[in-house]
Amino acid sequence: MDLIWDGIRQAFRILGTGDRDVWEITLRSLLISGSATLIALALGIAAGAALAFGRFPGRNLLVVLVNTGMGLPPVVVGLVVAVMLWRSGPLGALHLIYTPAAMVIAQAVIATPLVTGFTVAALGALPPRLRPQLYALGASRLQMLWLVLQEARLPLLAAIMAGFGAAVSEVGASLMVGGNLAGDTRVLTTAVVLEVQRGEFEAAIALSAVLLALVFLVNLVLTSVQQQHRPP
Amino acid sequence: MTPKLSLRDVVVRRGAVEVLRVPELDVLPGEVLAVLGPNGAGKSTLLQVLALLERPAEGAVHFDGEPVAARDLALRRRMAVVFQEALLLHRSVESNVGLGLALRGLPQRERRDRVRRWLARFGIERLARRSARSLSGGEAQRASLARAFALEPEVLLLDEPFSALDQPTRESLVDELVAVLRETAVTTVVVTHDRDEAARLAHRVAVLASGSLRQAGPVEEVYASPADETVAAVVGVETVAPGRVISVREGLVTLQVGRARVEVAANVFVAAEALFCLRPEDVVLTPGDAAATDSARNHLRGVVRRLTPAGAEVRLQVDCGFPLVASITRRSLEELGLAEGSPVVASFKATAAHLIPRG
Repeated sequence: MDLIWDGIRQAFRILGTGDRDVWEITLRSLLISGSATLIALALGIAAGAALAFGRFPGRNLLVVLVNTGMGLPPVVVGLVVAVMLWRSGPLGALHLIYTPAAMVIAQAVIATPLVTGFTVAALGALPPRLRPQLYALGASRLQMLWLVLQEARLPLLAAIMAGFGAAVSEVGASLMVGGNLAGDTRVLTTAVVLEVQRGEFEAAIALSAVLLALVFLVNLVLTSVQQQHRPP
Repeated sequence: MTPKLSLRDVVVRRGAVEVLRVPELDVLPGEVLAVLGPNGAGKSTLLQVLALLERPAEGAVHFDGEPVAARDLALRRRMAVVFQEALLLHRSVESNVGLGLALRGLPQRERRDRVRRWLARFGIERLARRSARSLSGGEAQRASLARAFALEPEVLLLDEPFSALDQPTRESLVDELVAVLRETAVTTVVVTHDRDEAARLAHRVAVLASGSLRQAGPVEEVYASPADETVAAVVGVETVAPGRVISVREGLVTLQVGRARVEVAANVFVAAEALFCLRPEDVVLTPGDAAATDSARNHLRGVVRRLTPAGAEVRLQVDCGFPLVASITRRSLEELGLAEGSPVVASFKATAAHLIPRG
């Protein structure tokens, strides 16, 4: 028990005194996972809309693949992205392995199926005749898409929460493609792993507390937006 | 006169199944055309084709005499559609009513003026700032109508706009719509399964059944002279019985229907077999078995077999040599003391009945 209490005390001390390393790692986590979430949103919402509204052969198979992708093991994603970005790999010439960009790619790969799946569900829950009604009101295809996404904005916030949550809490892929380099690719999750390996449990608990607080704050903001606009 | 909108040899399929076949249908400028038919007749599909929301497998849609492509945005913006559900977005009522105008890029000031005017016309200006999700069914459908009229469309298409509403709301809204349609004289197609609604709203009616267009013409003509048994059922002729022509004399056809003999007014009639058609409201019932002396050509003795309440009225099935359906008010039923098994005389004029030639 002492270990846990000491860890929590240490966490407050670190946060209170403004430990530069911890703030830097936190900010980096936020930037990398935030960028990955934005990419996942752009790809996932487009793919989700195509799957929700499109009628083409193989659509059902794609939906099954997306649903499978929602439970994609991060370690497998890390392995595939590492192989692709490895110096001798197909994208080795880009020199991205062990960079924050590689971590953004890996996290985006993990978060995109989640955003896609949530988008398919959110758009699928709209009244089936809403799209014909919008077309009948004179909407172009783009205007129709923009309006239905706005209409599904509350369930779509869940897609952002799920996407960001998956990205920021992911560790296996980030270690593999980022390398956990101090001052460069070290983020909260990989830092926790390192501290545990070193036996520095207090520091690990402190970093975990920061990670939890970060996830909590992002979800707090998104949830309050969602609840404010809830239909009466 | 060039039709505003017309269909030529239109066929719509769902997979291998043909769901709609319309060789020819014209919607004339300024008229209200009702498309009447039972559920599953293909009415909504017809409306989707007219609204350029669905491309037919064969045939063409013409707008102002010119063939048009499905999904033509510029033409779609000259029409407005109201569906059975109001389908309002999760925003304020005024923003919903102005949505079509915003999509057309109308300046905000003009948009606001038009929205206010149409909200007021449908009596919901007090709801302008309310969230559309908080409206009752009737209020939401008013907003949906205001949204369509605010576009000042050249063609208005209504798909069962009142069928989800309760009776009193429906009646008041139909009254208002009739007034607005007469005022604006907008070319309108209204799809409905309610023959009374069709008769109140429309100048002409097109009857659709099992995906095919059975008859189109002025309301009175189609209701009085249905072209076949299906149209007769759709327009509310409840007595449809096969008969054999016995004689044709002085504009009167005498017909053997079951065990009874009836006289029907018809100017030209050459067929040997015919379907005898009669609307329930055209039958007068007298209790007992003594026929009254009046101008009606037909007085048939019979027995009440079944009573079925239908709102303020009661439908009676009378066996008078063939099954005949009559409709009377509940009060008349009580005053006449009619019950199942009561003897009655069913009277109707030769001009009230209608014959459909067979064979």
